[in-house]
Amino acid sequence: MGCDAGAVAAAIREAAAVITEHRDELVRLDQAIGDGDHGENLKRGFGFVVARLDESTPDTPAAVLKLVATTLISKVGGAAGPLYGTAFLRAATALGDGPELTPELISTALRAAVDGVVARGKAEVGDKTMVDALVPAAKAQGSTVGEVLRAAADAAEAGAESTVPLVARKGRASYLGERSAGHLDPGARSSALLLRSFADST
Amino acid sequence: MKKIINDPTTIVADALRGMALAHPGLLRITEDPAVVARADAPVRGKVAIVSGGGSGHEPLHGGFVGPGMLDAACPGAVFTSPTPDQVQAAVTQVDGGAGVLLVVKNYTGDVLNFETAAELVAADGIDVRTVVIDDDVAVRDSTWTAGRRGVGGTVLLEKIVGAAAESGADLDTCERLARAVVGNVRSMGIALTAPTVPHVGEPSFTLAEDEMEVGIGIHGEPGRSREPLADADAIVAALLDPILDDLPFAEKSRVLLFTNSMGGTPLLELYLAHGIAERMLAERGITVERRLVGPFITSLEMQGMSLTLLRLDDELTALWDAPVRTAALRWGA
Ligand SMILES: Nc1ncnc2c1ncn2[C@@H]1O[C@H](COP(=O)(O)OP(=O)(O)O)[C@@H](O)[C@H]1O
Ligand SMILES: [Mg+2]
Repeated sequence: MGCDAGAVAAAIREAAAVITEHRDELVRLDQAIGDGDHGENLKRGFGFVVARLDESTPDTPAAVLKLVATTLISKVGGAAGPLYGTAFLRAATALGDGPELTPELISTALRAAVDGVVARGKAEVGDKTMVDALVPAAKAQGSTVGEVLRAAADAAEAGAESTVPLVARKGRASYLGERSAGHLDPGARSSALLLRSFADST
Repeated sequence: MKKIINDPTTIVADALRGMALAHPGLLRITEDPAVVARADAPVRGKVAIVSGGGSGHEPLHGGFVGPGMLDAACPGAVFTSPTPDQVQAAVTQVDGGAGVLLVVKNYTGDVLNFETAAELVAADGIDVRTVVIDDDVAVRDSTWTAGRRGVGGTVLLEKIVGAAAESGADLDTCERLARAVVGNVRSMGIALTAPTVPHVGEPSFTLAEDEMEVGIGIHGEPGRSREPLADADAIVAALLDPILDDLPFAEKSRVLLFTNSMGGTPLLELYLAHGIAERMLAERGITVERRLVGPFITSLEMQGMSLTLLRLDDELTALWDAPVRTAALRWGA
């Protein structure tokens, strides 16, 4: 793909479709160790994102991500709304106002996004949250945008799987104590889904 | 799923429309973003008390909006915290120039969204403070969890701080009183059945006929442990003991006892449980000076109950007794 604002907007639309497709799965994961709203919240939020992109496509990749961020912050609620909102906002800031993405910019934006999530939620790797998928993904490098995103998606999927045996120490799942072990964290799963869909869009 | 709804995705907005019609003159409700405000807001020179949280806990929080309690409530989607723009809109509507106190239940989502909102509001030049309530003794060590949840104590906090603000207390005083309530209130709940979130369509967890979930939250998140169903005496003891262990509710302590239905437990059973709780407290020499019994912080149609104990002093008692006029609590006014 080209890596201009149009391509980034197309990737976001694709991600919205993936979230909608996996809504029930995310609901079930959140029912097991949370309150069952994760899939619905994200589906609602990305639905609004697509509606705003239909109105107008911003003219830089950063502006597209900023639109995603402000929409998620104002429409999702729950823990995931501000966390994903912060991630997209930090990524947008890191991109600057260039018209095209480069592999280096993608790596930098990923790191900024993940640092933002960690700063807001104060979770560490091993706490059984989306941070377990995101921190390994932020180390991704490559010589093309596609390579970076594929490496990030691979790392996020492995990171998400690693949450299964963990006992949650952050978020709603932590109230379960030992009973949270044996379940995939819904936020880690949605992070992996988003990154995989970005990789597939390149 | 059996519910009286048209469309699970519009349930909150649909209910708010009915609520506005049910309480004309008391409430002013806007839909986008969703805010339930006092009809006479902003009240000039009065500290505004704003709260909010996921829907599905009615009458919390919208049912507590009115003179002597909240100035505004922000209802989120079912069991989902409200968003920052909602909180910002609420604050802007009710700020009377004397500052705003945000009352936040301790859940990651609520804390993060209110934190973001507080930043936005402060940037508008409004003096805003936040008090996080975490009264649920079912959740222990906060270094290993997101910390204790905010549950029944929230109702008492909103009443007491609302009364202070109504009587002209300044923002510092309101904040101090809110922290005094947080420091002196503890709760614990159990569930006999699970709630069904409308957009999910099936119960949040499954409990066998002969099981109960001890240490339940108010969002269908499972509790601390699953136990064989017991009789009322044993259930009340299972709720009361961890509360009494947690704070030194010593002999001669004066308390407010709040016996709450989670939505599906009828008053007949609730009064029965309340009676047992009063007897058990009396046996320990603890004086119940005030009480509240009913469904005030619920979890949709979940059968179950919670007990909340607040240690009283003269100041808190007077504020509890002060007039209040809201959809769900009303006395002296
Ligand atoms: N402090 C935190 N830091 C990072 N991620 C978190 C934190 N708390 C929760 N999460 C993530 O949020 C997910 C739950 O999101 P969601 O269901 O939308 O929120 P809520 O718990 O408010 O219902 C969890 O699966 C977890 O990955
Ligand atoms: Mg959830």
